[in-house]
Formats: sequence, structure tokens, C-alpha cells
Amino acid sequence: MHPAFSVIFLTTLIGVAQGLFTALMIGQTYELSDSSLAFGNEFYGFGAVLVLLFMGGGLVASFFHLGRPERAWRAATMWRTSWLSREVIAIPSFMLVTFIYAYLQYTGADTSSTLLTGLIGVIISFILFYCTGMIYACLPFLREWATPLTVVNFILFGTASGFTFAAFYAATSAPALIDIFAGFAIVLTLLGMATRIWTLKRNAALKPKTTTQTAIGSKHQQVRQVSQGQMGGSYNTREFFHHKTAETVKKVKSAFLILAFPVPVVLLFLGMTADSGFVLFLAFVTQYVGLIAERWYFFVQVNHPQNLYYQTVS
Amino acid sequence: MTQLALVIDLNVCVGCHACVTSCKQWNTSSGYAGALPDDNPYGADPTGVFFNRVQTYEVGSFPNTDTVHLPKSCLHCEDPPCVPVCPTGASHKREKDGIVLVNYDKCIGCKYCSWACPYGAREFDEHEKVMKKCTLCVDRIYDESIPETERKPSCVIACPASARIFGDVHDPDSEASKAIRKNNGFALMPEVGTKPANQYLPRANTSGKE
Repeated sequence: MHPAFSVIFLTTLIGVAQGLFTALMIGQTYELSDSSLAFGNEFYGFGAVLVLLFMGGGLVASFFHLGRPERAWRAATMWRTSWLSREVIAIPSFMLVTFIYAYLQYTGADTSSTLLTGLIGVIISFILFYCTGMIYACLPFLREWATPLTVVNFILFGTASGFTFAAFYAATSAPALIDIFAGFAIVLTLLGMATRIWTLKRNAALKPKTTTQTAIGSKHQQVRQVSQGQMGGSYNTREFFHHKTAETVKKVKSAFLILAFPVPVVLLFLGMTADSGFVLFLAFVTQYVGLIAERWYFFVQVNHPQNLYYQTVS
Repeated sequence: MTQLALVIDLNVCVGCHACVTSCKQWNTSSGYAGALPDDNPYGADPTGVFFNRVQTYEVGSFPNTDTVHLPKSCLHCEDPPCVPVCPTGASHKREKDGIVLVNYDKCIGCKYCSWACPYGAREFDEHEKVMKKCTLCVDRIYDESIPETERKPSCVIACPASARIFGDVHDPDSEASKAIRKNNGFALMPEVGTKPANQYLPRANTSGKE
């Protein structure tokens, strides 16, 4: 498949936002457990504003994917059947709850109401993770995606990058939270690395169910395409092929396996032990770049069955 | 329930692309679908939107080869995967006759339906910014202002070899259903479970040898 940067930025940015919101709630719960801790409403309030900024960035990116963005509101109508429609409802719902949470924090509302709002936000954020993952996992013949691992990866990568960002954020205004955020980020990143490698192994072992034979209804062992019906390109040759060399794809795969997981883990550990906001910021940037590469690879790896009809020009 | 569809006889198709060009002509001029655009048609890198394409395969190894021309448009699946994924309801299957259509006024151009179609039957119109696909000439088959014999999809009328049969595949007495039964009609990619309404009649052994 062609890797669309609009979708790559959408899914990675909202992942950071969802993870960051979850991290804020972990922080607030942790604060409750120890009466000597007090990070102040502004820490959570501004954290929620950052969540909204990441969500907004993702939302802006998503509009670049649409041919008719002015009609985007229509996408909320088919939630009964479409995971994309469910995502389109979950995104503004999550942003609304985050906004209410920020408002309550800034207006100094009592802890019980902020905790309750935050809990609702975390639940919606996980529903959103599920919707985003299912958009890809629900298409049975795109077999590289059609696995529960797709949803698991979206959750783990989103929360890991969100917690990494939260560790950096804590370093700027609530150092007592660095260890817990960075600790979560390290565990989630390592889990994400494990499930990503598992997914790579699974996909490498996939045997295609759909072949040129089933695509044209011939039982003969030897079938080759001699013409795709036109000399020039078409939507079919642009959208479903990545047109990158095998070498580039391999390089991106190595890059994300290094940048999204082991490097941030080392940087998180260093930043955590040295209480260095700069190192934690580096950890986030490295991981985010790695996750962009990961999402790029996520699209490129898919062999769409329609490609069987577009194997030969002329 | 009616399910209109095409039955295409691979014994008869000669790969002349008359169905391709007549489809393009009708759907560009009829207005229902809007023009099917071509970009750079006489340049080095021509491209365009088509509802129907003929693709050619070589079966067997030289010298015992068989050339198979496979005309392919939307198969109007009985269980179309492109419909439930559409977030706006633009992509829909008509109860009345089973035709799968896109409402171009509702489509937001997210392209998700094209990902969900294993056949690559949908093509994005970069000018109107909406997804397009074969309509089975829905603007023609019910048009009472044209003679009844011409109320068929454009491709069916254009085919010089009469390789294309149009009809209700749920009506056991239709010409289409009879052809499927008599000649072992088959569906493309049966393993994906989309139950295509369009079917193909397989190549028969015409070499005279067993």
C-alpha cells in the first residue's frame, strides 16, 4: 500500500495524546496515594492542553487525507457498521472530555470531579485506540493487518510514546513524577517491541490465500499477467503499490526497530536517573520519529489482493 | 430480491476493449457519474478513471499457452466489503436491484472503501475528489426514453462478440442465470467471501484434444 503521511501523522499524534492523558491520570492517582505530593492543578490542566494540541495536530493531518474535508461531519453517521465512523465519533468525544478536564483543573474543581472526568477520558481514549486499530484489523483479506496484534500495537505504541512525553513534561514541572512516567514508558516500549517483532514474524510467515489463479479463476499452475489493460498509471497503481525499493523498505524497518524501541528505552533510563528533561525530550523525539517509520512500514508491508490485477504494464 | 449483474464469457472475449471505451464514453457523457477524467492523455504519463478494464493473462507455458482476457468492473458483490466500512453511507447497495453505488454528494473521499475492495474495482476521481465505480449503467437500464433493447449497460451493448450477458442472477430463468448454470459460471476470488454477483464463464477446451 501507498503510505499516506496524513494517516501516519494522524495515528501517531493521537496515540501520543491518548497516552499522555492516561499518564496524567496515573500521575493524579499516584498523587492521591501520598499526601506529601502536590503537583497543582496547573500541571494537569496544562498537560490536558498539550493532549488537545496533539489531538488537534492529528486532526489537521487527517483532513489532508480527505478529498472533501468540508463533508467530514458526515463521517459520524455510519457508526453501526464502520470502524472509521466510530473513530470519527471517538476523537471529538475524547477531545471534549479532555477539554472539560482541563477546564475543571484550571477552575480549581475538587479532586473527585477531575478524577471522574479523567477516568471517563481514559476509557474513551482506549475505545479510540480500539477503533483506530480495528479500521485496519477488520479487513480480513489485508492479512498483514487482520490480526488482534494490530490493535495491541496501536495501544502499546500510543501509550508508550505518550508516557515518554509525559516523563519529559514531568521533568519540566513535576520532577517527582519522572520515575513513574519513565518507568511506565520503558515497560510499554519493551512490550511494544515484543509485540511488533511478533507481528513481523507472523506476517513473514503468511502464505497468500488469494493468488493470480483465484483472481482470474484459472486452476493452471502457470499463470502470468501480460497486460494490465493500459500503458499509463492509474489510481490502482498509485494507491496500492508503494513504489519503493526493497532496500528502502528494509532500511525503514531496521530504523524503526532501533529508533522506536531500544534507543528511547536507553534514553528514558538515562533521563530518569539524571532527572534530565533534555534527555527525556530526546527520548520522545527519537521514539516519535521511530513510530513514524513504523507506521510507514505498517502501510508499505501490505500486499493488497488487487495488485494481482496490476502486475504488468502495457 | 433482484440482483442485477453481468456474466462474462471468457471463451468469447477477444480483449478488444470496446467495453472499456464505451463505458468511458457513456459514463462521461451521461452526467450521472460526472465526467470520468483523463489527465495528460497524450503526454508521457497518461492516467485516468475507468469503471471497467480488460486485463490479459497467459495461462500455461510455451508453446501450450492460452491467452485469457479478463474484463473486470465492480462485481456488485452480494456481501460487499466496501459498503459497511464507509463512514458516511455514501457507498451503498440498493435493495431494489442489488447494484452497489456511491452517492457522490455524500462521499468524503477518504478512500477507505477502495482499501476494502479486494478487486480494485473503485477508482478515485482526483478532480471531483470522490470515489467512483461501475454503476451498472443505472442511469440507462431504467431509462424509458430509450428503446427497451438498449436498456442495458453500455459495455454489454458495445461487446462485438456478445461476451457479456446482463440480467438478474436471482431469477433462475434469466439468460444470465441459465448461462451460469449451463457453463459452470465462477466468481473471482471466492476465498474472500464477498459473493460477487458478476460471474465469469470459464474457458472450455476448444483444441479438439482431450
